Amino acid sequence: SVAVKSLGSSEGLKSEKYMQTTFTWTHVNYEIKGDVAVIRISDPNSKVNTLSLQMQKEMTEVMDEVMGNSAIKSVVLISSKPGCFIAGADINMIQACKSTEEVTRLSQEGQKIFEKIEKSPKPIVAAINGSCLGGGLEFAIACQYRVATKSKKTALGTPEVMLGLLPGAGGTQRLPKMIGLPNAFDMMLTGRNIRADKAKKMGLVHQLVDTLGPGLKSPEERTIEYLEEVAIDCARGIVNKKLALTKEMNMMQKIQDHVMSYSFVQNRIYSTVEKKVLKQTKGLYPAPMKIIECVKAGMEQGPDAGYLAESQNFGKLAMTPESKALVGLYHGQVACKKNRFGVPEKEVKTLAILGAGLIGAGIAQVTVEKSINTILKDITEEALNQGQHQVYKGLNDKTKKKSITSFERDSILSNLTGQLDYSGFEKADMVIEAVFEDLAIKHKVLKEVEAVIPPNCVFASNTAALAIKDIAAASKRPEKVVGMHYFSPVDKMQLLEIITTDKTSKDTTASAVALGLKQGKVVIVVGDGPGFYTTRCLAPMLAEAVRVLQEGVDPKKLDSLTTGFGFPVGAATLADELGIDVAAHMAENLGKAFGSRFGGGNLELLKTMVAKGFKGRKSGKGFYIYQSEPKPKDINPELKEIVESYKMMPNPAVSSDSDVQYRLISRFVNEAVLCLQEGILTNPVEGDIGAVFGLGFPPFLGGPFRFVDNFGADKLVEKMKTFEEVFGNQFTPCQLLLDHAKDPSRKFHN
Amino acid sequence: MASMLMNSVRNCSLKSPRAVQFGKSFTFPACGTKSKKTLSKTGVKNIVLVDGVRTPFLQSGTTYADLMPHDLARTALQGLLNRTGIPKDAVDYIIYGTVIQEVKTSNVAREAALGAGFSDRIPAHTVTMACISSNQAMTTAVGMIAAGQCDAVVAGGVEFMSDVPIRHSRKMRKTMLSLNKAKTLGARLALLGSIRPAHLAPELPAVAEFSTEETMGHSADRLAAAFGVSRREQDEYALRSHSLAKRAQDEGLLSDVVGFKVPGKDIVSKDNGIRPSSMEQMAKLKPAFVKPHGTVTAANSSYLTDGASAVLIMSEEKALALGYKPKAYLRDFVYVSQDPKDQLLLGPSYATPKVLERSGLKLADIDVFEFHEAFAGQILSNLKAMDSDWFAKTYMGRTSKVGSPPLDKFNLWGGSLSLGHPFGATGCRLVTTVAHRLKKEGGQYGLVAACAAGGQGHAMVIEAYPQ
Repeated sequence: SVAVKSLGSSEGLKSEKYMQTTFTWTHVNYEIKGDVAVIRISDPNSKVNTLSLQMQKEMTEVMDEVMGNSAIKSVVLISSKPGCFIAGADINMIQACKSTEEVTRLSQEGQKIFEKIEKSPKPIVAAINGSCLGGGLEFAIACQYRVATKSKKTALGTPEVMLGLLPGAGGTQRLPKMIGLPNAFDMMLTGRNIRADKAKKMGLVHQLVDTLGPGLKSPEERTIEYLEEVAIDCARGIVNKKLALTKEMNMMQKIQDHVMSYSFVQNRIYSTVEKKVLKQTKGLYPAPMKIIECVKAGMEQGPDAGYLAESQNFGKLAMTPESKALVGLYHGQVACKKNRFGVPEKEVKTLAILGAGLIGAGIAQVTVEKSINTILKDITEEALNQGQHQVYKGLNDKTKKKSITSFERDSILSNLTGQLDYSGFEKADMVIEAVFEDLAIKHKVLKEVEAVIPPNCVFASNTAALAIKDIAAASKRPEKVVGMHYFSPVDKMQLLEIITTDKTSKDTTASAVALGLKQGKVVIVVGDGPGFYTTRCLAPMLAEAVRVLQEGVDPKKLDSLTTGFGFPVGAATLADELGIDVAAHMAENLGKAFGSRFGGGNLELLKTMVAKGFKGRKSGKGFYIYQSEPKPKDINPELKEIVESYKMMPNPAVSSDSDVQYRLISRFVNEAVLCLQEGILTNPVEGDIGAVFGLGFPPFLGGPFRFVDNFGADKLVEKMKTFEEVFGNQFTPCQLLLDHAKDPSRKFHN
Repeated sequence: MASMLMNSVRNCSLKSPRAVQFGKSFTFPACGTKSKKTLSKTGVKNIVLVDGVRTPFLQSGTTYADLMPHDLARTALQGLLNRTGIPKDAVDYIIYGTVIQEVKTSNVAREAALGAGFSDRIPAHTVTMACISSNQAMTTAVGMIAAGQCDAVVAGGVEFMSDVPIRHSRKMRKTMLSLNKAKTLGARLALLGSIRPAHLAPELPAVAEFSTEETMGHSADRLAAAFGVSRREQDEYALRSHSLAKRAQDEGLLSDVVGFKVPGKDIVSKDNGIRPSSMEQMAKLKPAFVKPHGTVTAANSSYLTDGASAVLIMSEEKALALGYKPKAYLRDFVYVSQDPKDQLLLGPSYATPKVLERSGLKLADIDVFEFHEAFAGQILSNLKAMDSDWFAKTYMGRTSKVGSPPLDKFNLWGGSLSLGHPFGATGCRLVTTVAHRLKKEGGQYGLVAACAAGGQGHAMVIEAYPQ
């Protein structure tokens, strides 16, 4: 790990330091420019700077030296890495801790360092270019002044909450004072990144610096230099009292500040925020409540109590399974952003997509955004028009949100060609088909495409359920055929599931993964088989959901049971979103492949719904009725009659709310473990990532494999056996799960 | 760089014109050292500049304030007629360049030609290419003559910033257009009733680059920062420009200016934006675009200007047949374009080596440089870019730098910063100035270069007509 590595090097350094000059630090160094010390940070072992033990140690030493030098009047703190100021604390450093107390101590040490920064008699200016997150932001806000570049890469934020933690080095205490309670809560509770211009408006930074183009050095290098020059001027300005440290406030801000100073107003904010948090987290995530607690402690009982609450709660949170699960997901996500199949021989420069439906157009959007020539082909002008409009709308929404200019939108769109024929396919490096889920149609387009594409062109099939080898059966070059399962809406869903057959060549896989990564996806690569991995996990859970409905639980209750367990979307709503016809189709196909294990609910119920036109959101009716409102309001009144005709008597022994939740989750988890057992999955990490990012498996559980580790395979098997007695083989635990149950030392994650 | 600039200013203002001339001939003794004796090519028609004139360039909102663009263009055309004495029907074609178009006279070339007394049988068209619009007018003329379609063409440019089209909002325009189509009184009243206060907000002409939404001054400030050009260097350059312009004006070197009797006002015979200041005064100004740490100020930028220019271009044969003694040959020219965001104003850096290569000349062959000065920071950035091997290799795909033009040959009679910059008219001023300077200084080759909005640029090589 990074922490261990840097520890090692620090030992070697120490002895050296006394023998040589003081300028032998590896992570931090400084240069004196007149009366200003410019402290530059750069972790030599990583693309980003983190507040590792080594970084902290060197920073303390450098600061001591700078503070002790009377020729130095002020300080500029800057990173020499393009695109990164400080990306946060070193996660490994926190993970290496064994106890709450140990983590609390880490937090207190951080607090102490930043307190020294805050109270420094020499003004310190943080010069920010690139990510300034977590501990990095806490460092910056401890400084007296902040200057940031307007670079798109510049992002300020406190993402700790996404790791089940809180800003543990003074963030919960300084942020509310700096930007006010509402903004501070918004930042700390959502963990979202704040862009430079917004940060300036919020009062998070004092001054902005433009990014520069080519000059006598590369734009990145010169921009950092320019930032440094401006920051040095600021530092001198503060010393000369030419630059005021207190921000000028307009009347509105003054009034706002005044109102906020009343404790009843503050209390009102706390209770509103608490309610909102509870509603959103269902009480499943401990970090947000702890953040509120820390802020409250500081505001009501003063800084000592505030800082103490912060460090103690930080220690407690770090030891929670929720935090460990979220940190695990973070590591998994990082792993799934790498191409383990190497660099493909040919980069995809032209992509052709067949089918301009929701998915096809979505793939087109995320592809053109990366400046790849994209052909979007459909067979009717109407469908094509719809698809092209979807791409335009997706980009135009970004223009409205000002994340891109209208000119950038137009120039991105110029990469898209909409057409009804196969012209230009001779230049395609990859074709992704997203046509109707029907093997005959897939075969037809495969043959048509192979007649026009060059020999090295990859053919990828976007399918949720059809086996890739069955599709590849019609191919003249099965080594070039691969599955690419995107999730809808493609521009929002992070996951891409790539499916390889035994014939798919490694280069084909590498090419598909490379494209997915370029499109910004988190990529998992799984083996071929009905439903691959994600669909295969989802199907049994949905089958169980149908049975639950047949037992008389209404869709709203079913939704609240699933969201209560931590799924972002309830099972009934999910089916409506997916399309009842798609769900029925999927259930039927997988049922045929896997037999009674995929049974449970009666497939006929779904089929009847489809026959009546209740195909889910897209048709306006499914389990719910969809009108103009974006959220489902009412249960489809005609559903009752259908359910009535397939009614089943619930068995009270396995029908409590908790039982229903575990019936749903255990079938999901068991199927996931079976996928690993059968080799569909290469490793548990991809299994967890796929379930969380593709299917919304509760993130705080960290994915099905992390769930088994934390919950205990033995306990899960025990529950499943109870269900098995009532329902049969749908709940028979797979061998790998049984193995884990037998030997508690066996874990999917270390 | 800073001291170099100061020296050149000091030297120039101290020396008498004769001393400058002497210095010139001393440094560049003879044309014999040139890479080429002439740029004349067999089989290629020689095209000449017969003469060029311009109206005085005035800061917008001053004496020209009540005119219209075609009035200025007309004045330049009349001035050209008077100066050259060319018969009013001897011209085959008229081309004008302009940037901000007056909607009533969108083909301002035609309106101006009619009013200037040219024969109504001479076709005229208007071109636009931001600050190199009149360059485009001239090179279009060159193309027509080279192609054998014309023998004598008038090219010019005009810009009138005292009055610019300010439109109703899009919503209001839409309502007004619908009003035209509304058949019944009820429909009209309904439309009128739909007008809201927001409809009434006017739409000003954009001062920003359309593609990037960045103003040119902001881009210039970033460019100066990218090349590490300091505020002091920029102020020094601006002061140099104003000092040189003042001297040129005082010594009567700006002979391309023709007097203009403005209806209802006095006769205007001089540019009115030349204002040599002091470094101390200039240092007091706050940055105009990048605040608070920017370096581009009102004093080191070109200002909004009204003015027009015109040149008479002919095939050499025709000029001689009509009894003219041409002033210069118009030789090779290039247009370039690059990233409109980060390299918006670097046109001269790209165009200069390219046009020299086309001509087979080296930078040292050039005796007279006239570069368009949009901003002092832009000029100094271009000089640094041209002097950088790294920039040439990394961004221009060249093996080495072209070199920086020596300042003792550079914009010696002032430039856009001081004389003013009527966007559409500047190009002709540059070309005429090169011709006049070549004659005055005894040089053979001159180079014009300019940047333009949209990230475009232009350069042209001009050869003195043998004495």
